[in-house]
Amino acid sequence: MSDAIRAFDEETVEGSAVSQGLWRDGLLAAASWAAAALITVGLPDVVPWGSAELFAALTSAAAAALLVLSFIVHRLGRLGGGLVHYGPWLIAVGVWLALWELTTAKFGWLPKPFFSPPHGLLNVYVVDGQRLLICIAYTLRLWSLGFLSGIIVGYSAGVALGWSKRFSYWGMPFLKLIGPVPATAWIPCTFYFFPTTFGASIFIVALASGIPVAILTASGVGSVSRSFYDVGHILGASNWYLIRKIAVPASLPHVFVGLFMALYYSFAVLVVAEMLGAKYGLGWYVQFQTAYSGYANVYAALLIMALLCAGIVRLLFVVRDRLLSWQKGFI
Amino acid sequence: MGAEAVQVDAYGDSASRGSMAVDIRGVSHQFDLSGSKLPVLENIDLSVQPGEFVALLGPSGCGKSTLLRLVAGLDAPTRGAILADGQPIRRPDPSRILVFQDPTLFPWATIWSNVATGLDVRGVLKREKSRVDEALALVDLTAFADAFPHQLSGGMAQRASLARALVNDPALLLLDEPLGKLDSLTRLTLQTELVSLWQRNGFTALLVTHDVEEALLLSSRIIVFSERPARIKAEFRFEKPYPRHRDDADLVALRRNILATLGLST
Repeated sequence: MSDAIRAFDEETVEGSAVSQGLWRDGLLAAASWAAAALITVGLPDVVPWGSAELFAALTSAAAAALLVLSFIVHRLGRLGGGLVHYGPWLIAVGVWLALWELTTAKFGWLPKPFFSPPHGLLNVYVVDGQRLLICIAYTLRLWSLGFLSGIIVGYSAGVALGWSKRFSYWGMPFLKLIGPVPATAWIPCTFYFFPTTFGASIFIVALASGIPVAILTASGVGSVSRSFYDVGHILGASNWYLIRKIAVPASLPHVFVGLFMALYYSFAVLVVAEMLGAKYGLGWYVQFQTAYSGYANVYAALLIMALLCAGIVRLLFVVRDRLLSWQKGFI
Repeated sequence: MGAEAVQVDAYGDSASRGSMAVDIRGVSHQFDLSGSKLPVLENIDLSVQPGEFVALLGPSGCGKSTLLRLVAGLDAPTRGAILADGQPIRRPDPSRILVFQDPTLFPWATIWSNVATGLDVRGVLKREKSRVDEALALVDLTAFADAFPHQLSGGMAQRASLARALVNDPALLLLDEPLGKLDSLTRLTLQTELVSLWQRNGFTALLVTHDVEEALLLSSRIIVFSERPARIKAEFRFEKPYPRHRDDADLVALRRNILATLGLST
């Protein structure tokens, strides 16, 4: 249904945006990106930020590419269709970059060090790129270890809680009690229980991601329609079969809601988890730079974190759509 | 190859199970509703011969479906005993399959996998894949083997649910208003199909319905139940060759008779 609407939208956008082989939005986008480039090199910075020429070069390259695309986009098939769909966004981003340059570096209305122009961020990547790459690697290691161990334990606990009355009798009160406590509140105990600070950090991330998965898996398994189990019983299924082939697939939609929550929570606690004696990591980098008023560096690191999180969310969506394709008739 | 075939026969899985006798002896049943007892069945005595097609008729909510659940072995009766071929029923068994009013297909599995569930449960699916295809062909759903349940119409889903039951070659098929939610045209088609499946496979059939005409079209014996708690109120025999026609004079006469028993004179 929504696909059909989208296809229809795309057609109408395309119909109005591309006429006689010319992509009008592409031309406008090229103009807005060129304006951003011109403003960056044409006007002097109030306080120098560095990398202005590089930023201008990149934006003019983008403008040139958009100019070329304006004439050939109708020959690019699917890819071209996608570009045309995002045409208005491309214009807006160019305008946004130009205004951003003007308000920060060029007029100084939003002053240093609290705000940074786009080429200030670019400068951070140029100057501090090496360190940022190491930080990304450290963060991804901590996040993936914490997230994976968290969701594995959380999922197993959730299935047990949702399936077994006795397990739920003893386990549910604990989960309800612990659930609302922020994962970071456990830092004092974790220092005692874990031999290394890295272990403690992993535990914090695992706890933050494990609890929503456990709660939603339990409610998912618990809410599987009784009639499915009746069918299983009639066909002679054992309990183990009912869990594997009925409870687990039937609860999957709930589990994915839990996984999405786990993803956001785990990213939120990442910064705090990297306070625990870490030497690298994006969270550590953000705190370190905040302490020295390196706000441009903070923004640069936050931007990377946002992109990482969005990328992983996208990946999870792909996995979900693949595993839950049977649901299409329901949603 | 030959040795394997013998082994399969020894499992009793490829050979037809034939039909089953059912003996319901003094069965009473009650529900526990937050402390208070709600009697649903009262002193039911009923013997079903192997290969018979018996319809259980009564007002909705009277307890007929509960009786089927007891015969299936999903619940145990509060009092009395139910025997299948002389053996007391203690738990569900693939030789006694219950088909529900809703198709209750697993929405996450294809139609083929749904139909294959019974064989998968018993771990014989690898050896007997062809039986799934046969069952699908029997209900005319071969083209939809790879479809998901949400892509099927109500009638097709109910046929798939029948295939999921028949693939186990049940000796007793328990039908709990299996056509209750279908449109009238689909109902007519499936009624005819049910009769031919029963004639072809030779199982014993117990059909719960509140449609007098359906009972008369399908079964050779009709048991009429009272309001809850259900007691057997009357029993009618209707020995007519199949296919039967709804305008048949005997059928019309008996229908009037049964409706009168149910308190609905026309």
